[in-house]
Amino acid sequence: MTMMTASQEAATKKSRRFSADFKTLGPAVALLILCLVGFLLNPAFISEGNITNLLTRSAFIGIIAVGATFVITAGGIDLSVGSMAAAIAGVMIIVMDGLVDTLGTGVLTVLTGCGLAILLGIGAGWINGALTTKGKIEAFIVTLGTMGIYRSLVTYFADGGTLSLDFEIRGTYRPVYYEGFLGLPFPVWVFIAVAICGWLLLNRTAFGRYCTAIGSNEAVARYSAIKVDRIKTMTYIIQGLCVSFATIIYVPRLGSASATTGVLWELEAIAAVIIGGTVLKGGYGRIGGTILGALILTTIGNILNFTDMISNYLNGTMQGLIIIVAVLLQRSDWTFGKKKDA
Amino acid sequence: MLMRRALQAVAVTGLLAFAGTAVAQEKIKIGVSYPTPTHAWASGMNWHAEQAEKRLEALYPDVDLILVNSPDPGAQASALEDLVSVHAIDALVVLPFESEPLTDPVLNVKKSGAWITVVDRGLSQPGIEDLYVAGNNPELGKVSATYMKGRLKEGDNIVILRGIPTVIDNERFDAFMAEIEGSGINVLDDKHANWNRDDGFEVMQDFLSRFPDIDAVWAQDDDIAIGVVAALKQAGRDGDGMFVVGGAGMKEIIKGVMDGDELMPVDVLYPPAMIATAMDATVNALKSNGPVAGRYILGATLVTKENAENYYFPDSPF
Repeated sequence: MTMMTASQEAATKKSRRFSADFKTLGPAVALLILCLVGFLLNPAFISEGNITNLLTRSAFIGIIAVGATFVITAGGIDLSVGSMAAAIAGVMIIVMDGLVDTLGTGVLTVLTGCGLAILLGIGAGWINGALTTKGKIEAFIVTLGTMGIYRSLVTYFADGGTLSLDFEIRGTYRPVYYEGFLGLPFPVWVFIAVAICGWLLLNRTAFGRYCTAIGSNEAVARYSAIKVDRIKTMTYIIQGLCVSFATIIYVPRLGSASATTGVLWELEAIAAVIIGGTVLKGGYGRIGGTILGALILTTIGNILNFTDMISNYLNGTMQGLIIIVAVLLQRSDWTFGKKKDA
Repeated sequence: MLMRRALQAVAVTGLLAFAGTAVAQEKIKIGVSYPTPTHAWASGMNWHAEQAEKRLEALYPDVDLILVNSPDPGAQASALEDLVSVHAIDALVVLPFESEPLTDPVLNVKKSGAWITVVDRGLSQPGIEDLYVAGNNPELGKVSATYMKGRLKEGDNIVILRGIPTVIDNERFDAFMAEIEGSGINVLDDKHANWNRDDGFEVMQDFLSRFPDIDAVWAQDDDIAIGVVAALKQAGRDGDGMFVVGGAGMKEIIKGVMDGDELMPVDVLYPPAMIATAMDATVNALKSNGPVAGRYILGATLVTKENAENYYFPDSPF
């Protein structure tokens, strides 16, 4: 009896590993094809400048999407991230501008702003998490609500206009976006660091396994003595933290925040997660895939700017098609691989 | 909702009946209705409307301007009803949220006998308004192209960043292209940057990677232009006589023009202050012995170092 279970387990494990491999390859293949298309359209696509731009641009959505991977894996969803980023950026700018008189325009002011951003991100994430778990409201509704709240808050802070960072502080803060280390801009390094931490957390810790378990079946996870509410709240806090990291590298780019900052970032982050192979229902998450998903999304926009073959009005169509094809590629259930196993 | 409004109207009428004789009776009431500011241009408009209100009420003690902003077309329609039923306005200045859904509500105000001034966005039925005040989108494109022709020579290359795909954007773009045609200036490509700084930055980055030789940029809008300038500086291609032409009249850009910024030497006006023009003209319609009714289309003024001071409002949010 025990023997049989063990061998059965081995079989499922084997098949899962096979399909997992395919799921890893899907988005990577899609990205490769996209890059090839980009190169054929215009060889300048693979110039160092363009690749650097691409990676730096992916960092915002990518970092947020790493957080979203945890939320979605644990069976939740967070629609508030774009608005949250805008609101945090707005508060950061107001506070840093306000600190000019007391702290000057140096590193200390910038560090205070960044510290505040992290606190706000954690706080906003905790609110989403607590309302979902303790408040027993569906995550979709909670975060739809907070999305509206944060968006209107930034409009209010900016008096309907644009909040701009003090010119001197911008000088101090600017290198965080525009400078780099070993040829890679700092935002890309932050992206890499967040991705590695995320991967370790999801794949190598008990916390990561709990997320997956809760996403697969919350009731069973609860009976297995997993502290479901705490773990779920943690995923939203991680999401908030990721949003604050993204905001910290976003603000020095143009030094401003307005009601149009971060619009639709939530959908891009969710799309990146799903393209990467994470299941929207929860229970299965892949950080590596999420990174590829974010890169794919940015590359599509980049390629569309590199050609005038496609009417500007059809940009959305191309993006939609490529997203669907990318997901088709990695949902391998209909391929021969699975059938052979059965 | 209706019930409450009816009650409100009854209450107000009641109050008026009591207080009516005491209050200075013949006050001219002008309602000013526009969308709630959610972006920089609109909040500039809000600011200019408030300035005009203060100025006009100080000038004419018997004029009362009532400013109302609404977050969506439905709310604006209700606001118009209230202006008639509660305030019994003599004239209305309205910047419609959308043409179609607000045509009937404005027509109802007209039926109450009020003077109608429509600003910027026309109604879908002609002949309702007494006065139409608007900026000039085709002119904005044309003026920008004329300036480019003056600065560039045959064989020079430009790129264009457009706004959100809309009629406004098409009017600007088509007029620009018509004016630039035959000048020998190459338009390398045009892409939508959605009147947004971030999109302006990213689209310009891609243009810079794609085209090694760009001599000038038409950004059409000051928000886009700010993103474009950041991308040019990042790539170190902001020298060599490169210049960017924006549009609208954002205070930071006007300030730059005043200070002789070489990268953005001019700006083309599409001013949010047009609401003040409309309010002035409406008061004139009720006060002046000169006729006012008709169409008042503002020019798309080219702001240069010489005249920039006239268009600089440091206290406005835009």
